[in-house]
Amino acid sequence: MFEAYEADGFFDEMFAGNGEVRSHYRALLSRFSAFPPEDFEARRASCDQHFLRQGVTFNVYHDDRGTERIFPFDPVPRVIPADEWDHLEAGLTQRIIALNLFLHDIYHEQHILRDGIIPRFYIEEAKHYRPEFRGMKVPKDIYIHICGSDLIRGGDGTYYVLEDNGRCPSGASYLLENRNALKRAFPSLFESLGVRSVDAYPRELLEMLHHVSPHREGEPVCVLLTPGCYNSAYFEHCYLAREMGIEIVEGRDLVVMDDFVYMRTTKGLVRVDVIYRRIDDDFLDPTVFRKDSVLGVPGIMRAYQAGNVALANAVGTGVADDKVIYYFVPKIIEYYLGQDPILPNVPTYLASEESDRKYILENLKDLVVKAANESGGYGMLMGPSASSEEIAKFKDKIIEDPRNFIAQPVVSLSRSPTWCEGNMEGRHIDLRPYIIYGNDVKIVPGGLTRVALRKGSLVVNSSQGGGSKDTWVLK
Amino acid sequence: MLSRVANSLYWMVRYIERADNLARLIEVNGQLLLDHERLDSERLRAFWKPIILSTGDETLFSDLYSEAGSAEVIRFLTDDRKNPSSIVSSIAQARENARMVRDQLSEELWEELNSLYLFINSRDGELLLSADPTRYYETIRRATFTFHGIAAASIARNEAWEFMDLGRHLERADKTTRFLDITSFLPEEEVPANGTATFHWTAILRSCGALGAFRASHQGEPDPDSVVDFLIFSREFPRSVRFCVDRIDRNLHRISGAPRGTYSNDAERVAGRLLSELSYGSTEEVLESGLHQFLDQTQEKFNSIGEELFRTYVLLQDANNARPPIPAANMSAVVAWQMAQQQQ
Repeated sequence: MFEAYEADGFFDEMFAGNGEVRSHYRALLSRFSAFPPEDFEARRASCDQHFLRQGVTFNVYHDDRGTERIFPFDPVPRVIPADEWDHLEAGLTQRIIALNLFLHDIYHEQHILRDGIIPRFYIEEAKHYRPEFRGMKVPKDIYIHICGSDLIRGGDGTYYVLEDNGRCPSGASYLLENRNALKRAFPSLFESLGVRSVDAYPRELLEMLHHVSPHREGEPVCVLLTPGCYNSAYFEHCYLAREMGIEIVEGRDLVVMDDFVYMRTTKGLVRVDVIYRRIDDDFLDPTVFRKDSVLGVPGIMRAYQAGNVALANAVGTGVADDKVIYYFVPKIIEYYLGQDPILPNVPTYLASEESDRKYILENLKDLVVKAANESGGYGMLMGPSASSEEIAKFKDKIIEDPRNFIAQPVVSLSRSPTWCEGNMEGRHIDLRPYIIYGNDVKIVPGGLTRVALRKGSLVVNSSQGGGSKDTWVLK
Repeated sequence: MLSRVANSLYWMVRYIERADNLARLIEVNGQLLLDHERLDSERLRAFWKPIILSTGDETLFSDLYSEAGSAEVIRFLTDDRKNPSSIVSSIAQARENARMVRDQLSEELWEELNSLYLFINSRDGELLLSADPTRYYETIRRATFTFHGIAAASIARNEAWEFMDLGRHLERADKTTRFLDITSFLPEEEVPANGTATFHWTAILRSCGALGAFRASHQGEPDPDSVVDFLIFSREFPRSVRFCVDRIDRNLHRISGAPRGTYSNDAERVAGRLLSELSYGSTEEVLESGLHQFLDQTQEKFNSIGEELFRTYVLLQDANNARPPIPAANMSAVVAWQMAQQQQ
């Protein structure tokens, strides 16, 4: 199956430059080579069928009929050797600890601003900064409880952090379902290859929720707060709630009385201690944020401020995943931990710095420009493939609101063998590990590997035609 | 259990039961039509009109269709998405409710319902409906039976089960009364002077899946007395009104914990009273005072059981600042907000 595979021109996960298979892929190669292509294709198709029947889907907006789609699954796993994973784990742990110290500081004394490490206006003008919560104590001083940092691998195989998703990172359910799908399709693969299990994620997530619960007698009552069944990630919300054995609730299921949060059950009101919220700050509480929204819970912020309920992630964490603040994360790590960052950032230019801006405007066609607070592949300019009108339009946007933009050189993400309509071809991938910060830092071995299924594309987002793979971390 | 979850489980099962009943109704009457000699369009209308009238959707039907022939009626009841009570709409709504409480369902149960939903929305489904309607309706009926079977085998007998079982029997009782009511709307010329019109009563029994059970307990041809007696008062047949109301009463008391024969909320009061009427009533009384009137009043009682149930367990009026449900007119804004929530 790999006879015609081309591994040239990019860092290939499976094959070294000389065409040799990398040692951690050797066992997989020999197993897969034994499959006739038709058999392989049949197993892939049966994975799709399984996902469809099970409703392992995400909602597609602006689509009149069939509003759900499966996240295309590629049956060729991505393999990460143990030493490489240890390095990633150390780097991600360092990062989440620093980010949480940073958030605590920003919402309290603001040493980092006084010491001039980050210019004050970057924080104060961050869209998701919540100055009204300055001085507020959050349970166990944890702000980002669940982080999904995106990692990519450049031409020389170095891992870079592309961004930190610290508000409502999604995709963990697909990571778990991908493993189930691959086990079903290739049951014999797992026997001897020494792949580390990912099953612990829901348990570790629940342990973390328990850890941040306000202290009281008995088992804490945890719930997952969803915007509702029309949200793109609704499948995931249900999935995680079920795996953890907690209720999935909508805003209308909760009421606040005397600064305590209750859920409405057939037996009356039941007190809630911890909320894993998958709705944005702006919609959490119509008495504090957006008045017109019915998604949230009136009064929930008062209960939160009174320390009667814990929210994961905390309110105001969005300031840390502002792409402008991302630029400062290596400095944040040095400032709070006195360490060198283990995982580097992608080189980044800030449009609000004059010299950077000049460089950006002159080199747009070689850069990727990103809006500070967008996700899902929106608000982006891919310079090399953009038309001159698009470039001109972005130029205007940058000049008009420089604070809102960063630019990065195009990193040619590493490629991984991917099954493309009967052939094995290289496709660009990234990696999103899920980091849980509770009593200590837990990272499920692996993560969600997303793959740009279109030939040559560097965009891996599900909303932009990306798919995903199972991710193996070897023992 | 969350109030909203109870509500969704209840509706999920009601819609499944509705699809099953409709599939049988259409199938039976379609078959019946084949036994007739050629009908002109006048007679065709006369044949289908009672069926539309019995479902209570005549206004919507006449808004959507100018003709009332077999094709239109079958389309309206089967796969017209503009009819919220069509088979296809019912399955879609069952599945929508299931999606909201997916975490409460067994994997198999969800998968069965989701597969049915995918089938009715697929090209295969469309083709089967036009090429072999009998198999199409059979597929739907089998899938709903499978659904109930999986539910029975995989749902713990807790509150969730009681709400589901309640929804199933309330819908079923309602449909039995509606199928019986078809005879009230039959045009004069369809009812022979001697009043037997056996084939109509047979069709009703078959629509309720009751022909075999009826034959086992009644000798002779079906007539109004025996069919009413069987479909309303039978203590044993699972689609008779009495059987269903007995289950509803039991479900309600299991949910509240109040002993049967007493009541702790209005749903229990209405159900208990209806059950005793059915326990001590007779076919003669019903036919004397008028079958249609009796069925109509019974349907109203089903409605009020449903409403009181909602008031007691979902709205929770005693919760100080409980919020009322969102008015339908604002739903599109809610959908837009739900979509706007960024999942990174």
